[in-house]
Amino acid sequence: MGFLLETLFGGLMVGMLYALVALGFVLIYKASGVFNFAQGAMVLFAALAMARFSEWIPQWLGLENKTIANILAFGAATASMVAVAWLVERLALRKLVNQPPIALLMATLGISYFIDGAGQLLFGSAVYRIDVGMPKDPMIVMEKTFEGGLLLSQEDLYAALISALLVATLTLFFQKTRTGRALRAVADDHQAAQSIGIPLSRIWVVVWSIGGIVALVAGIIWGSKLGVQFSISLVALKAFPVVILGGLTSVPGAIVGGLLIGVGEKLSEIYLGPYVGGGIENWFAYVLALAFLLIRPQGLFGDKIIDRV
Amino acid sequence: MFYRENGQFKTNYRADVALFPIAQDRWAMLGLLAIAFVVVPGFASDYLFRAVLIPFLILALAAIGLNILVGYCGQISLGTGAFMAVGAYAAYNLNARIEGLPLLLSLIGGGLAATVCGVLFGIPSLRIRGLYLAVATLAAQFFVDWFTNRVKWVTNDSSSGSVSVNTLDMFGWRFDTPVQKYLLCLSLVAVFALLAKNLVRGAIGREWMAMRDMDVAASVIGIRPVHAKLTAFAVSSFIVGVAGALWGFVHLGSWEPAAFGIDKSFQLLFMVIIGGLGSIAGSFFGAAFIVLLPLLLNYLPHWLGLSLSTATAAQLEHMVFGALIVFFLIVEPHGLARLWSTARQKLRLWPFPY
Repeated sequence: MGFLLETLFGGLMVGMLYALVALGFVLIYKASGVFNFAQGAMVLFAALAMARFSEWIPQWLGLENKTIANILAFGAATASMVAVAWLVERLALRKLVNQPPIALLMATLGISYFIDGAGQLLFGSAVYRIDVGMPKDPMIVMEKTFEGGLLLSQEDLYAALISALLVATLTLFFQKTRTGRALRAVADDHQAAQSIGIPLSRIWVVVWSIGGIVALVAGIIWGSKLGVQFSISLVALKAFPVVILGGLTSVPGAIVGGLLIGVGEKLSEIYLGPYVGGGIENWFAYVLALAFLLIRPQGLFGDKIIDRV
Repeated sequence: MFYRENGQFKTNYRADVALFPIAQDRWAMLGLLAIAFVVVPGFASDYLFRAVLIPFLILALAAIGLNILVGYCGQISLGTGAFMAVGAYAAYNLNARIEGLPLLLSLIGGGLAATVCGVLFGIPSLRIRGLYLAVATLAAQFFVDWFTNRVKWVTNDSSSGSVSVNTLDMFGWRFDTPVQKYLLCLSLVAVFALLAKNLVRGAIGREWMAMRDMDVAASVIGIRPVHAKLTAFAVSSFIVGVAGALWGFVHLGSWEPAAFGIDKSFQLLFMVIIGGLGSIAGSFFGAAFIVLLPLLLNYLPHWLGLSLSTATAAQLEHMVFGALIVFFLIVEPHGLARLWSTARQKLRLWPFPY
């Protein structure tokens, strides 16, 4: 029983990270109608920027204090993500207004390749560490209920807390602010939004910047757990089935989907894996999402798709 | 001046619907085939065959397959690498398990296995489309990656996980030298390109294009979505499967599952986008572009006297690919093929623009 619960918690924590990356997809899709394939590349870019800046800034300024260095690095990384967002809007999206969604999807694929290459060219392609001072020690809880207690990683708990905070802030921003409303209008129809005076280009920069900041948070959490390297951008591939499962336009969907897939993956690996040779973590999420799509094509919480001729 | 159809009158329907209605095109195509079959084998070096021509032909074949699905039927697929893998492994198994099976039958068997797989993973396309389908086809990619890695039966119980094909022979000919392999690929690609071209011109091709342009409207005017979409998946994955078998048998000789990873899928999608969505000739342009660009990026710094590490070169390659995709989508969404046809239009009127 204790082991099952531990697996469950492990799955939930991994799922939280998937949800965080998936959140980036959902935000950009919700606010601009673009399925952003480059989210994974942005996570890699942001994590690389964070890791390298926290290394370089103390050198440049002769800083001793680690916290200040980390805060400065976070600021610099945020600034570079905003710069990326601005460049993407300037060079690519602005010229693709009103194109079919497929064209935009393929454009983000191209952007993803570009950011992948550029990030590694600028920041190097070795394995880097991010140390933002999250406690690493595992802790043991509920010793009385179970024999030996439950082994939880404190780092994971903090990560979950940070993600929850981020999600709450974003939800408020989307629902309560003027800009949030404008974002939702753009998602419905580029042209209509433009014609009532919503500045499309600025909205896109805002959205992609938010996507970049979410990517940065995901990158920091993931990077401080496992180190920053190219494989981080593969996390994004895990986030696709999450958004599909949750529904492309739903923030709660991304979170529930992430948790479901995180838990499902771990449980299936442990209880089903041994019968088929292991390693089913790689495709379980996809097959789950695929099976789900056949029953409910719009995902758990997605908007119903209505076709008009 | 030379490219003008004045005086070429069409007096019957056959002439009107011919594959190349303009005589100059016919001659140019025949000339191109003659050069490819006769002149190139006489002059090209072994390196050119191995590094450029054979990969180009096989990837062009795979791109034709993908183009049928993405360009003609509008069903975006990110699982092409998986269908290539299915073709390659099925062909390998047929070759290894059945003594004396002709090479051609193994290749076609590989294609058929890929067809079954493609139709299976195409079924979700009946309910979902666009972005959702892109993710669904990724499922095929990851599942096949895992399957070929973990299930020993697929690799005929080889301990290292890699498989190899030694002798290639067909109708008593052996294909050992690069020239012979090149000719084998060239003949197959020529046949498949012709078949594909005729298929997309015919009734079924029109069904696919109607599906692509607006599937709800198409089904209202009486096109069966199930039939159109699944045939597109079937034809596309058959061609991709044969290309995969060729890639394994002829180009690589021995390979491991990583040869058909997700990178291959993206690469093929890029070929189709850059070459031209919905164009058979575009598949060739795209394949040529993607095969030649890395070579160029490798040699260019060398000629300029710069030294680049392999990692930097790879990153630059990524950046150039990414930038080009975006560039093409903005400037010419129909790719190189459209540039080519624009050039031809202009030539027909030259030197008078109106």
